[in-house]
Amino acid sequence: MKPLVLTLRGEPEQRLDLSPLLPQRLKGLTPAAVEAIPLQTTRQPITVGDAFRLRPGDVETIRIVGGSERLDRVGEGLDSGAIEVEGDVGQRAGRGLSGGRLTIHGDAGPCAGSGMSGGMIEIRGAAGPFLAGPLPGEMAGMRGGTIIVRGDAGERAADRLRRGTIVIEGRAGAYAGSRMIAGTLILCGPAGALPGYLMKRGTIILGRDCEALAPTFVDSGIHDLVALRLLARSVAALSSRAEATLRRPLQRLAGDTSVLGKGELFCRSR
Amino acid sequence: MRSVTVNGVRVDDTFAEAFGMRATALVITADSARWAKQAAMSMTGFATSVIGCGCEAGIDRVLPASETPDGRPGIRVLLFAVSTGELQKQVQRRVAQCVLTCAGTACYAGFESAEPLKLGDGLRYFGDGWQIVKQIGGKRYWRVPVMDGEFVCEATTGLTKEAVGGGNLLILGASPKKTLAAAEAAVAAIAAVDNAIMPFPGGIVRSGSKVGSKYKAVMASTNDAYCPTLRGITQSALEPGVASVLEIVIDGLTADAVREAMRAGLAAIVALGTEGAMRVSAGNYGGKLGPHHFRLKELLR
Repeated sequence: MKPLVLTLRGEPEQRLDLSPLLPQRLKGLTPAAVEAIPLQTTRQPITVGDAFRLRPGDVETIRIVGGSERLDRVGEGLDSGAIEVEGDVGQRAGRGLSGGRLTIHGDAGPCAGSGMSGGMIEIRGAAGPFLAGPLPGEMAGMRGGTIIVRGDAGERAADRLRRGTIVIEGRAGAYAGSRMIAGTLILCGPAGALPGYLMKRGTIILGRDCEALAPTFVDSGIHDLVALRLLARSVAALSSRAEATLRRPLQRLAGDTSVLGKGELFCRSR
Repeated sequence: MRSVTVNGVRVDDTFAEAFGMRATALVITADSARWAKQAAMSMTGFATSVIGCGCEAGIDRVLPASETPDGRPGIRVLLFAVSTGELQKQVQRRVAQCVLTCAGTACYAGFESAEPLKLGDGLRYFGDGWQIVKQIGGKRYWRVPVMDGEFVCEATTGLTKEAVGGGNLLILGASPKKTLAAAEAAVAAIAAVDNAIMPFPGGIVRSGSKVGSKYKAVMASTNDAYCPTLRGITQSALEPGVASVLEIVIDGLTADAVREAMRAGLAAIVALGTEGAMRVSAGNYGGKLGPHHFRLKELLR
């Protein structure tokens, strides 16, 4: 069955809140009812029909053609089905995702995958800062699911990550995995300064060098661990680069000892 | 007793009576097949009968590296017990003492079920706070630091209440040598059947038992009806000429697995002909105790 297609008419004049455009919310709605859904974030009203040209289809898969960094909260709260964006998106894409799949062919803004608990997000371009992180006032970031970023990621990716797996194939900004509580962060490319800053638990894999490593990470030796083999197998279908990164003995650094110190950072022998 | 003779081997028209059991399967891997087998042998070593060992266990099959979760050589073992509680206790103890301790091993669930048994969830405390739980590919694993690196153990394993224990074949021969040859042929054939094990040493038991004893404290005692040295002074089930009886006991994850294992064993004994057994029978309690009856005649078809 053909997907529901929303084609952007042009660059929006204001930031749009696309969180109502979810399969579970559009189920049973007529095309006219979908077009009437308000998306504005200012006092100027704007509906789906104003911003997008709609081609009706199966709402289990929603395709958004034409991106803009003003398209905020795409796929927020998605629990099943699929959303595909052929272009860029703004902030909070896939926030609170608990199931289904969100694919962004362009770049994503800040806080993509924030607080997600399941499902899958693929960002084919670059991700903004605080990928999967919490919003101000929240105790934890991502709590489950998988995120893959094919391009670069901004600062503090995986901040306060609690559970789930994040793979960044490009360059990761400074403080990747900051304040991690648990979970797994795989960085295939180079990383900015101080990965794992104040991490309590969890696992960070550094495929390449980082700009600076905190002295509060302590050497635990070079190991070929079974757990990394399991991880390599689980990400093989997702990212061959991540798999290759894990398929060799890595040096284990324990930290961040300035806090609990039960986290681990694996890297090539230093 | 009525019987049918095939290839010179008499097959009694009787049935094996088997019982419902609780069971689980585990996959043990190691850096080499040798060490995976070592752990599996240790774990299933003293697990011949629920009467004295708490559980019955054995190696189901050898797994190539391509079939294990971590891509290393492995062994699949099955464990059977009379209750979920006892099975849980036995899994915990045996993995802790025989797999955790064995160089380079890891331990995974052999199957999944809605009502799981604890595996790593119980063993993790050995890590003394340094253990790490990792969710990988939708499954939870415990990583327990040990002296050769880490012991990786899946958090839970599956439990089945559909398991069947006590499938059996009684092999009667003219000499111990011939009887053992027939039993060995049957063991080799049954070993190729998946989801079934033979918990006794080498798959064979020579001390078949009956329920009860003249001694109050003894639950089971020698099956005097099948002891060749007692023929004549007890109510023997053995005809003249039988000098040795060996039994193969089979436990399976399903009744079908037990049936297929018995079928394979019986076929191997019959194929060996007069070089092996004189007669094949099966143990039962009159059919009133166990819900599963496996008729030898039907298994010959």
